[in-house]
Amino acid sequence: MSLYDTFISPFVEFEFMRRALAGVFALSLGAGPVGAFLMLRRMSLTGDAMAHAILPGAAIGFLFAGLNLYAMTAGGLAAGLLVAVGAGVVARATGMKEDASLAAFYLISLALGVLIVSLRGSNVDLLHVLFGTVLGIDDATLVLIAGITTITLLTLAVVWRPLVLECVDPTFLASVSRSGGVSHIAFLSLVVLNLVGGFHALGTLLSVGLMMLPAATARFFVRDLTALVTTSTLIAFGSGVAGLLVSYNLGTPSGPSIILVAGLAYAGAVFFGPIGGLAGRLVPRRHLEA
Amino acid sequence: MTAQISFRNLTLGYERHPAVHHLSGDVEKGALLAICGANGAGKSTLLKAIGGALKPLGGTIDRHGLDPREIAYLPQGAEIDRSFPIHVYDMVSMGLWRRAGLFGGIGRADREKIEHAIAAVGLEGFENRPIGTLSGGQMQRTLFARLLLQDARVILLDEPFTALDAKTVSDLVELVRRWHGEQRTVIAVLHDFDLVRATFPQTLLLARTPVAWGPTAEALDPENLLKARRMGESWRDDAVPCSDAA
Repeated sequence: MSLYDTFISPFVEFEFMRRALAGVFALSLGAGPVGAFLMLRRMSLTGDAMAHAILPGAAIGFLFAGLNLYAMTAGGLAAGLLVAVGAGVVARATGMKEDASLAAFYLISLALGVLIVSLRGSNVDLLHVLFGTVLGIDDATLVLIAGITTITLLTLAVVWRPLVLECVDPTFLASVSRSGGVSHIAFLSLVVLNLVGGFHALGTLLSVGLMMLPAATARFFVRDLTALVTTSTLIAFGSGVAGLLVSYNLGTPSGPSIILVAGLAYAGAVFFGPIGGLAGRLVPRRHLEA
Repeated sequence: MTAQISFRNLTLGYERHPAVHHLSGDVEKGALLAICGANGAGKSTLLKAIGGALKPLGGTIDRHGLDPREIAYLPQGAEIDRSFPIHVYDMVSMGLWRRAGLFGGIGRADREKIEHAIAAVGLEGFENRPIGTLSGGQMQRTLFARLLLQDARVILLDEPFTALDAKTVSDLVELVRRWHGEQRTVIAVLHDFDLVRATFPQTLLLARTPVAWGPTAEALDPENLLKARRMGESWRDDAVPCSDAA
């Protein structure tokens, strides 16, 4: 089998592979920066919690309208935003810490979702919601993902400064501006949006992977914020392409393949990353003069 | 002299327990005021309230038309995420927030201002250093450079010289004197009485309740210091509502 057959022809020959490629590209553009900020804000696990919060909403949409893109998206968005905004508001208005407040909200959402599904007594096949079908992306889904990415990039452009400031020095931001709370909630909404966009391709739980793994990998290579965001995006897209090819050539499910490739990149970075990687610590080099 | 900030029977605290009790008085425009007192005497609480981060339990703070967000505030041991990938230059440039806001461009004149501020605190050559690689003193210099850029009429400093070496302290004190010369109002919480006596003309001695407020030599005389020490700290679960409360 030639290199062409392995790497190029799947995309040339099959339209579903081209769609998947476009979908993964759009997802990476949004997930890269969002993941980088999640990590910098020490909210890496928040993405996971939000993914659980979205699940019931999407399931309810699925229950009422079947495998309907818009019903599931609307359900997921509603559940996710409710949890994100509710938890954010409670954390800021009371003495409750953000993580505890979020845990409370997403657990309520999850339990409520399970309850509603079981009340209907229907044995819903939620495999699609759980694991997504990146190879089955249709035009409508592609437009949805691209739309979400566009909104993400525009919103990030607006809240970039307060977002950065709130990470570095929240007290300072609060002393000069009231934009901290608004930008935080805007950012949480972006997390939800990107998870909802991602679940059609990767499933609710795995779509977090395309955010966190590339961001965590990039941290081993760059020290600068802009570089971090760019590198995360590139790693996310690279994992997407490689994952699709693995899935095509080896016949593995596409979603887990993409995330596992990203995981492999992360493992490599942990060992060989120039900034804080294990190899650098195990093989000490001579210290510098100054 | 006109007042910049006026307290009228001000009580501040947390969960109804007072941390600053019945404070009245005026901070004049261009004053250089030290706030002294034991730990738990309400000094940081008072700065927070002046900066607008804490609402009074009773009484009022009158800033005479000044928006709290126009007040520059350097909190004690500022909760800065030192691991965040940002450089000294960008950190200092945040001081332009009031002018640049969300989108405002940072032009040539601003870049000059940023460079001047970095030079004024003695950090030339550190512009591209990540803040995570700075020493405690260099970090505090960075924060002072940001204060310089904020160009505020009122500057609040909470224990700004704690855990710094003598050279850094004297450099930063020089900036405080410069602000005083520029008629800015500077209020600083300090523990070093020698420094206060040498640099700050006015002192407020707090022990939750104000003990003395006036020229530093009088406010910090032995009698007042003894009085402040006797008043000590108290926070009782069974405290009853204050009979003086309006």
